[in-house]
Amino acid sequence: MSEYVVELRNATKRFPGVVAMRNMHLEVKPGEILGLIGENGAGKSTLIKSLTGVHQIDEGQIFVDGVEQHFKSPNDSANAGIACVYQELNMEKLLSITDNIFINKWIKGKNGLLDYKTMHEKAREVMKSLGQDVDPTKAAGTFGMGIQQMIEIAKAVLIDAKMIIMDEPTSSLGEKEVEQLMKTCRSLRDRGVGIVFVSHKLEELFELCDRVTVMRDGEYVDTRPINEWDNDSLVTAMVGRTLEQQFPKEYGVKSKEPLLKVEHLEEMGVLRDVSFEAYGGEILGFAGLVGAGRTETMRAIFGADKIDGGKIYIKGKEVNIKSPRDAIRAGIAFLTEDRKGQGLVLAQPIVTNMVLANLKGFSNGLFLNFGKITQVVAERIKELRIKTPSADEIAGQLSGGNQQKVVIGKWVNTDADIFIFDEPTRGIDVGAKVEVYNVMNKLVKDGKCVIMVSSEMPEILGMSDRIIVMREGKITGTMHRNTDNFNQEDIMKAAWEV
Amino acid sequence: MSKKLKNSGLMAYAGTFGALLVLCVILAIASENFLKYTNLMSVLKQTSFNALLSTGMLLCLITAGIDLSVGANATFSACIAGMLVMNGITNPFILIVGALGCGALIGFINGTLLTRLHLPHPFVSTLGMKNVLWGVALLVTNSQMISFSGNDGVMWLGSATIGGFPISFIVVVIIYVIMHVLLTRTSLGRSIYCAGGNMEATRLSGINSANVLTFCYTVSGLMAAIGGIVSIGRSGICNGANAIQPYDTDAIAACIIGGASFSGGKGTMVGTMLGALIIAVLRNGFALLSFSSAIQNMVLGLVIIGAVLLDVTRQKMDAKARRMATK
Repeated sequence: MSEYVVELRNATKRFPGVVAMRNMHLEVKPGEILGLIGENGAGKSTLIKSLTGVHQIDEGQIFVDGVEQHFKSPNDSANAGIACVYQELNMEKLLSITDNIFINKWIKGKNGLLDYKTMHEKAREVMKSLGQDVDPTKAAGTFGMGIQQMIEIAKAVLIDAKMIIMDEPTSSLGEKEVEQLMKTCRSLRDRGVGIVFVSHKLEELFELCDRVTVMRDGEYVDTRPINEWDNDSLVTAMVGRTLEQQFPKEYGVKSKEPLLKVEHLEEMGVLRDVSFEAYGGEILGFAGLVGAGRTETMRAIFGADKIDGGKIYIKGKEVNIKSPRDAIRAGIAFLTEDRKGQGLVLAQPIVTNMVLANLKGFSNGLFLNFGKITQVVAERIKELRIKTPSADEIAGQLSGGNQQKVVIGKWVNTDADIFIFDEPTRGIDVGAKVEVYNVMNKLVKDGKCVIMVSSEMPEILGMSDRIIVMREGKITGTMHRNTDNFNQEDIMKAAWEV
Repeated sequence: MSKKLKNSGLMAYAGTFGALLVLCVILAIASENFLKYTNLMSVLKQTSFNALLSTGMLLCLITAGIDLSVGANATFSACIAGMLVMNGITNPFILIVGALGCGALIGFINGTLLTRLHLPHPFVSTLGMKNVLWGVALLVTNSQMISFSGNDGVMWLGSATIGGFPISFIVVVIIYVIMHVLLTRTSLGRSIYCAGGNMEATRLSGINSANVLTFCYTVSGLMAAIGGIVSIGRSGICNGANAIQPYDTDAIAACIIGGASFSGGKGTMVGTMLGALIIAVLRNGFALLSFSSAIQNMVLGLVIIGAVLLDVTRQKMDAKARRMATK
């Protein structure tokens, strides 16, 4: 019998053009919670998908209870006893909890028809054992994220999973739900299940995990018992470089008058009396927890959502922005957090995406000016270092970082003065991040105003000249660079309002 | 865009064009009448009606929508002209403008239902509209066929020829050239493709996606109405019962054979014209070889399925080639 319930040895996974995971190894003991941490793009997803049979590793071995496995599909992995609760839940929202739990594992009666009585009973039982006393006949979609996640965990319990991977399970949960989840994790551990807990939140790892493994750039860095890690050592292991290299902050000249002034912005149930000023030549960071109203503030300013009150001034003049079209005319650019859903037309080529926000500017009267389009787009591709065979490449074919650069190119092409970047580096690799930061640097040096919404604390602290913190639709703090309260602790205090 | 894209665009038609040629060669061998001038001209006449309906259908398909009311709208618009005739109005100008106006209005309503009243996929709303139009067409004509004989002004578009060459096809070619330029060379055209690909990203890029979509459905209605006028010229009558003929399916088939996709963002006027020609040649061939209508329907259905299959295969090959190229 092996010491480990699941063991991955020297695993390498290649994708066209990139090695996503190199010589990775991971050991999970039965009855332990192993934390897994690494930056976005560090290869965590590839690792998870290799263990769950979604991807097949090119080199290396996977052992479950000491027996080598060759997973050809997620089914193989599930049969071997590995389950995964993905960050984005695959829930059939209209079907009942029972249906969701027993999907593909239906219990049938003697007559060959589904035996719902037994299934409901079992579903209620297993949910109860996870601390959730719910009616399993109700549709899954009527419950909150916390319970939906428990349904996924219930599935894993029901197949007697030996190991459960949880991929950033707390990212969409509230405080109480996180507590409940941790309780559940501990009780599963006590039953002898091995748990891999993926999280970006260091405090959660310290609270919950027995050991923590760190990944960086697709490779294994280190594994230590939790009491041998601290904040600094974890961050250093994860980032592998100093803050200056990671955030090449440069400074512009702050304009005398604000380029953008927002007064008493109100949106029923979302924003409460939001007022702030943003200047040319500065990066204004917006920090806060998910759901604090930062994206909503930006969408309101950009005319993407209706507001219930408030005034917006651009360069001292009041503007009436009713739609994104008005906002763009007023000189605002808005890079949305959801690149694929709201930023790009994935099926169209780079060139079309890059001119989309300024079709008028690229037209001669009625007709598009293809000479100008070809020239400007070629310039942007070079300037932003977009890796692509040509400007006619379909946007959906590019990597995340290059897609993000196409969206940036689209907004740079509008000649805006105010650039709102909402989570500009989410899901892109470290190298591409630095290039995005350099675009911001260039913009502020040209006297433009950059507003950056980010949930990554090091990024907010590394790049902002000034930080506004929001909580529950209100502004709860403002910090200037080079003052005492420009630090993670004070920001977190304002974000939690403690 | 760049030269490369243009070339690859032309290459994309090679298959469809080849299919049309092969079809013509087969028919030329199978029937001595196929290549006769009068027969070819009658193929073009048949093409006109479907090509007009396909124009609007293509715009809707590019936006990832569909307009199932085009066939019924053509009949409805013709019946509006018929209703006016029944009420003693014979001025061809009033008849034509009345029909075109009503057809475009129906398209506008389709677009408004989709964009302002937020009905789900236009499949539902335009299917409903098809039935409404069928009923209205019968209602305004008292379920009678109405003859336009003697009214040459209204009949001109669908019946006149220049040395045997149908005026209707010339008009179709002009419309196709205009729409081609619109789709490929104007910002509105780019907006149509993008609204189909990702409506929210397009809206957040400052484009009024709702107006763009409404435009597409209005054009679809207008084209259907022009088709209705052409049908009056060809048959000399309007008949409300025609509203449930499978004209919509023929239009969809022409677009799909020409490279459009139900998931939107794809399709061209050139391809659609080739698709419409293929369908007209097929139907003409069936008539020449006196196939039974049962066989006609089967073959046409298989051609449509084959075209979609081809398209899916082509996309897979493209994706594969791209993966190889990046390796």
